Amino acid sequence: MGMGLVSYIGSKALGFFTDVGGVAILLKAIVFNLPRLFKNFHLTVEQMVFIGVNSLPLIIFVSIFTGAVSSVQAAYQFHNYVPMRYLGTAVGKAVVIELGPVLTALVVAGRVGAAIAAELGTMKVTEQIDALETLAIDPIHYLVVPRFISGITMLPILVLFSDLVAILGALVVAVVFVDVSAHTFLSGLKMFFHLSDLFAGLFKAFIFGGIIATIGCYQGFKTTGGAEGVGTSTTKAVVISSVLILVADYVIASFLFG
Amino acid sequence: MIEIVDLHKSFGDNKVLDGVNLTINKGETTTIIGRSGGGKSVLLKHIIGLVKPDSGRILIDGEDITLYKNEKLVKLRQRFGMLFQSSALFDSMTVEENVGLGLREHTKLPEDEIRGIVNEKLRLVGLRGVEDVKPAELSGGMKKRVGLARAIAMNPEYILYDEPTTGLDPIMADAINYLIIRMKNELNVTSIAVTHDIVSAYKISNRIAMIYEGKIIFVGTPEEVKSTDDPIVRQFVEGKATGIIKAV
Repeated sequence: MGMGLVSYIGSKALGFFTDVGGVAILLKAIVFNLPRLFKNFHLTVEQMVFIGVNSLPLIIFVSIFTGAVSSVQAAYQFHNYVPMRYLGTAVGKAVVIELGPVLTALVVAGRVGAAIAAELGTMKVTEQIDALETLAIDPIHYLVVPRFISGITMLPILVLFSDLVAILGALVVAVVFVDVSAHTFLSGLKMFFHLSDLFAGLFKAFIFGGIIATIGCYQGFKTTGGAEGVGTSTTKAVVISSVLILVADYVIASFLFG
Repeated sequence: MIEIVDLHKSFGDNKVLDGVNLTINKGETTTIIGRSGGGKSVLLKHIIGLVKPDSGRILIDGEDITLYKNEKLVKLRQRFGMLFQSSALFDSMTVEENVGLGLREHTKLPEDEIRGIVNEKLRLVGLRGVEDVKPAELSGGMKKRVGLARAIAMNPEYILYDEPTTGLDPIMADAINYLIIRMKNELNVTSIAVTHDIVSAYKISNRIAMIYEGKIIFVGTPEEVKSTDDPIVRQFVEGKATGIIKAV
């Protein structure tokens, strides 16, 4: 039984380091393929539409409620301790630095990360990836780079929308339900607003976009074993990228604000 | 000419190829027969560089292609066409886009010329009027034909067939056999097929090689296969569950 445990831990550890190495090799291959980005740029545009434009309705919906709830919660915490003119300050900071980037990334990880893993995984198990290679077309160039570039460019843009909509949602709730005037809310928002906060949030989004696309592609490429395998890869892509987003969020925060 | 020399490949503890030696002559169709899961497809994937061997060499016109990387591998693959067992058509693309993909990627031919070539290849495999259809709407036999049209789009010197008749009804299977013979005669290509369809192997092959326990144990013409006394080959071509080859 003791040996069983040791070999279980050993095989898990081996699997972990294999994945870390695999992702590193994939990232290296992506970088080496960047010079050929503009050959077949239509593939990148297609992915930008899928990852960016098509995610927008969902992101807007989620962001309205993110802003609304942060307004309600902040007002509740402030009650009798902190003047309400700081409501806009607190909500603005929380949304721009943290809530906008992280919640957008988690939603996109669920929507796009899963789709990437499922599509590439299906292509893998039906030999379509092999078929690309026999046509002398590099799957990294043809499939991965367009998704990666779309991830790192579209996530920051989505986060900009998310920030804007969330603050609007917070403003509406503040005015209608908390009895704070729009003027008070907006002056609070402006009072301690630093452009560097916004850029920190967008930088996070850039990293999160890279994580979602890379993990989705990696899980897709290592899919084996038919429909069940595609299901496993899709789940793993969402779970692993969600966890990595939160870990990366902490690491970036401690570098930028620590 | 392709020479496979002492090729070894294992996946984990599973020795799939255990010293394969085989020579494939120019202009001929060589068929590799053997049981499902016996390493036939893996051998085929070595020849086009999709799988790297643990040891051994594959010489194409005297050059060891197992050492090829990047640009050299890209150039090598353009000399090959491959028909996959499941056809492996790109399901996000139309038939026309599937067949024309290699041409659009690797040549600077104008669009109308590419369309012309695609139409010609589709006609050669007996298809008309399916250019704008997605693969999901095609039958298994039609998918194979599109896969074959895609494989020959770049006028390859070699065509690799992975189980070309598996999963087709006997009549459609024979139509594919006929197409394989036609490709050899009209395009003057060298073909390598792997199959466990012995009827198909007899029809399309100049030579048949049998793989058993990771080694090539027999090479001969269809007539030689039919008249051999080798008990393993006999058991396989006669399809008997009892004998040296264990069914389970």
